[in-house]
Amino acid sequence: MSDIQREEMLYDVVIVGAGPAGLSAAIKLKQINSDISICLLEKAAEVGAHILSGNVFETKALDELIPNWKDLNAPVKTKVTSEDFLYLNKEKSFKVPNFLLPKSLQNHGNYIISLSNLCKWLGEFAENLGVEIFPGFAASKLLYNEKGEVSGVQTGDMGLDINGNPKDNFEPGINIKGKVTVLSEGCRGHLGKEVIKKFNLDANNKSPQQYGIGFKEIWEIDPEKHNLGKILHSVGWPLENDTYGGSFCYHAENNQIYLGYVIGLDYKNPYLSPYDEFQQFKTHPEIKKLLTNGKRISYGARALIEGGLQSLPQMHMPGALLIGCDAGTLNMPKIKGSHTAMKSGIIAGEVINKHLSQNEHLSIYEDEFKNSWIYDELHQARNVKPSFQWGLIPAMVFTGIDQKIFGGKLPFTLQHKHADHDSLVSAKDSKKIDYPKYDGEFTFDKPSSVYLSGTNHAENQPCHLLLKDKDLTTNYTLEEYDEPAQRYCPAGVYEIETDSETQKKFLKINSQNCIHCKTCDIKEPSQNIDWITPEGGGGPIYSGT
Amino acid sequence: MKVLVAVKRVVDYKVQIRVKADQSGVETENVKMSVNPPDENAIEEAVKLKEQGLAQETLAVTIGDDKAQDVLRTSLAMGIDRSILVKSPNSLEPLAVAKTLSKIIEKENPDLVLLGKQAIDDDSNQTGQILSALLNWPQACFISDLKIEGNKLFLSREIDEGIEKLETNLPAVLTCDLRLNTPRFASLPNIMKAKKKPLDIIDISTLGIDTNPKIKVLKVEEPPKRKAGIMVNDVKELVEKLKYEAKVI
Ligand SMILES: Cc1cc2nc3c(=O)[nH]c(=O)nc-3n(C[C@H](O)[C@H](O)[C@H](O)COP(=O)(O)OP(=O)(O)OC[C@H]3O[C@@H](n4cnc5c(N)ncnc54)[C@H](O)[C@@H]3O)c2cc1C
Ligand code: SF4
Repeated sequence: MSDIQREEMLYDVVIVGAGPAGLSAAIKLKQINSDISICLLEKAAEVGAHILSGNVFETKALDELIPNWKDLNAPVKTKVTSEDFLYLNKEKSFKVPNFLLPKSLQNHGNYIISLSNLCKWLGEFAENLGVEIFPGFAASKLLYNEKGEVSGVQTGDMGLDINGNPKDNFEPGINIKGKVTVLSEGCRGHLGKEVIKKFNLDANNKSPQQYGIGFKEIWEIDPEKHNLGKILHSVGWPLENDTYGGSFCYHAENNQIYLGYVIGLDYKNPYLSPYDEFQQFKTHPEIKKLLTNGKRISYGARALIEGGLQSLPQMHMPGALLIGCDAGTLNMPKIKGSHTAMKSGIIAGEVINKHLSQNEHLSIYEDEFKNSWIYDELHQARNVKPSFQWGLIPAMVFTGIDQKIFGGKLPFTLQHKHADHDSLVSAKDSKKIDYPKYDGEFTFDKPSSVYLSGTNHAENQPCHLLLKDKDLTTNYTLEEYDEPAQRYCPAGVYEIETDSETQKKFLKINSQNCIHCKTCDIKEPSQNIDWITPEGGGGPIYSGT
Repeated sequence: MKVLVAVKRVVDYKVQIRVKADQSGVETENVKMSVNPPDENAIEEAVKLKEQGLAQETLAVTIGDDKAQDVLRTSLAMGIDRSILVKSPNSLEPLAVAKTLSKIIEKENPDLVLLGKQAIDDDSNQTGQILSALLNWPQACFISDLKIEGNKLFLSREIDEGIEKLETNLPAVLTCDLRLNTPRFASLPNIMKAKKKPLDIIDISTLGIDTNPKIKVLKVEEPPKRKAGIMVNDVKELVEKLKYEAKVI
């Protein structure tokens, strides 16, 4: 399709992704100088519809960006009123006394929010300032100028059939050029991945990047059991001690609870199914009693970026900035990345303004970042995640000492050993895991879960999950790892089927079910899967998540 | 020729509908809303008529609150020339919608009125029909093909037996089936241009019509959950179960 004529639009700044990072950058820029023209692209059908997050929210960055957010009726209403941290075994739960918890795990003064709703609100706020937001348009390719600098993005073609030929309603993507491009696609952005490689942004990183997969369900529960503002975290069962992960349960408005689970993607056993661990977790007596007579109204999953400071790439490059979880600004021990994503966006707004008005080099981003509170916060948190390589109990003891006694100021930095796709052990050396059958009351199969996410992709379009080697599953991954994609994909996109003629097994890709979590792009042991943007507007339609 | 298209803002067809906890209706807060799908076919057809030089002006009308402006912006981005929001605090029944549209039609004098065959939220499938009666214009519903020659309309409808061919004259009210055409995507430059196209706002109270509901919604419930199926061993068992347990034969 290289020969088609593409329209071109020119802006001062092009931003990819309307999450907390991209929206904050847009808002900050417009606040400083309303004449700067900004185009913000979002692949979801509307702003917020691809945002899935816990979320216990620290308002620090929002206070800086929009100090009167309370008067403006921002959807940040439910203060955390009480919190418990539990260690679970199969039958019982043990409460960790609050005074033993490091500060980073305490949430006094934070709010329980739907980040999806907050993004929607920020989107309206940004539009009122004159930011041009285009939901339903994915940035599918980067544009470079003759000097090799990033010069903008190309939006995806709409109306191609499965073989890439134009249909009746074909609408070619257009080139959107900006003096500065901001990549804020969230965890494992596909353009972010490209620039990290192209500009070697991770050349000075001490550790490979680390990821997790996070699930979230919204349940409407019995008002009797609902306790507005209460939050609960747990570690332990059903995960083995060598797997990094834990649960969250937040009592939000309207008798809803936000129930979720996060598992490090550095897990070793290819038979492990993050989805099933989460489903099983809900059958713990402590959780089951909360859910009894309740109703599940929402489901979704999304990868998180967990490497922290050791894995944070350089965030500027010629013509562009890489911010928020697209770079990796999440604070892992807190599992909080919204406030840091926002702050990285605020700094981006300030830096871009200086670049446009005073010709400052974009590289000042790194210093501004270092001088801000995000850096201090990430520095303090840096040793927690890598300590979990030693297993749950030693890590908790170490974290207690590191965070509680030394306040994260120990004079050394632990490193992450492997990239997540390197961590799987061969299937023949791994223990098979028998997960219990779904009961349809507390636990559900993948199709009925995906159904709740409203996921849809226009039919008859090119597959957006590209395999570098089409036959790798058949020739290698099936034998070596029992094709773990069957289990790590939270939407059942990858299935092993048998060809009725040749009796050979092959990998079937149900790409229309994809909920854009990016796990396959991260965890595939040979890095054989490339996630690219499908036709704009496709994917889940999350609300309230 | 002037073409008027009626559009409705409804919960997006991909969203999993949820009944409000108090059973007063369906949850719409923070839910994605879109143009009613068959209305997109009506928009597409109007834009095509303009492109073919058959229509000189196209106009989209919706009735709703301020947020309903977004479906008008979509219509404009797809190629409609101008639009009117009739501002109404409440959602209206088909009769009230048809009355409202007839008032706008009185003012605007279109030759052709296109609507979707039905709205996917309440599935009433009444507005076009009532409107044609109020205007005393010919109607054709669920059209899957349209040709215009001079004053004459040649229409097709897909019915159980095959394709029904109809002929009528302008002015007319037509409701559009999904088969009629493939709605185009609004391109990014056209979305930009749509921001500058006219969008007039009229308050429904100024039209002097009775929009009070004639129907009272008692409560809204979810359909009962489907019970798990069972496996039967043979036809005999199946027949027995159908006869004595399910009591359907
Ligand atoms: C289960 C879970 C629980 C969490 N809990 C918390 C919590 O309690 N507190 C907290 O602070 N944080 C929490 N987080 C982390 C938080 O959600 C992220 O740190 C935050 O969302 C990152 O913001 P972002 O703007 O960088 O990216 P995102 O929020 O991921 O936003 C990126 C946006 O860009 C869009 N996009 C991506 N690629 C493209 C493209 N090519 N073209 C167009 N659009 C594109 C996406 O659709 C999305 O809307 C949690 C995360 C998960 C998954
Ligand atoms: S296909 Fe990949 S990105 Fe899509 S849901 Fe599955 S794991 Fe996530």
